[in-house]
Amino acid sequence: MKIKATLLDQIRKHGEATYPEECCGLLLGKSGPDGNRVLALYPVENRHAEQRERRYTIAPSDYLAAERAARRQGLDVVGFYHSHPDHPARPSATDLAEATFPGYTYVIVAVHQGRAGELTAWHLSPDRTRFEPETIEIEPESASVDQT
Amino acid sequence: MRTTTATVTIRIPTPLRGFTNNQETVEVSGATVGEALQQLVEQFPRLKPHLFNDEGRLRSFVNIYVGDEDIRYLQREATPLKPGAELSIVPSVAGGGL
Repeated sequence: MKIKATLLDQIRKHGEATYPEECCGLLLGKSGPDGNRVLALYPVENRHAEQRERRYTIAPSDYLAAERAARRQGLDVVGFYHSHPDHPARPSATDLAEATFPGYTYVIVAVHQGRAGELTAWHLSPDRTRFEPETIEIEPESASVDQT
Repeated sequence: MRTTTATVTIRIPTPLRGFTNNQETVEVSGATVGEALQQLVEQFPRLKPHLFNDEGRLRSFVNIYVGDEDIRYLQREATPLKPGAELSIVPSVAGGGL
């Protein structure tokens, strides 16, 4: 995926703000043959009913609202992000079991003792058996939506 | 008796547009949500395994909305459709550190 450093910082800050609970949100941008380009974030509340230190849920109604917000900006929902408080930034068994469609980018930020650390990106393999790592390409802050 | 079939629009999530010739929306006709989805996967068979499991039921993380309403709180796949209705395919996104 391609993303600006300021957006990655916003993900880290969201993870620190909700620590020790997991944060979550949607990645808005453009999807192309060479991967996803993230141009905006849509932070949402972690709607998991309990154990939010270990689990997150994005409510379908929040997804729908994010999709509509994206469309107003000429963008699409291209993925999701969440934090792993005091756990590595790698997809867990739960992440795999709950995975949706291949093609979305899943960003994970590790937050150790309240401080954001490693940040990684993944996508579900086409056969749904595993998450594959995605490279994170930092875009210049001046990059505009039209420069695809 | 003649059944009325409404022409409705189905919004396709970004990662699935590769299976719909990059169409963001697909128009189908169907009197119910189930009929509309059936038409969708008949038109685009490669969509089917992403929406339905091997038993032909909607995958657990796939939610279908008619406008702002989740069909789980209506009549599920038997939910009747009015002409011009907009259906959205909405994934339940979840996971966690452990």
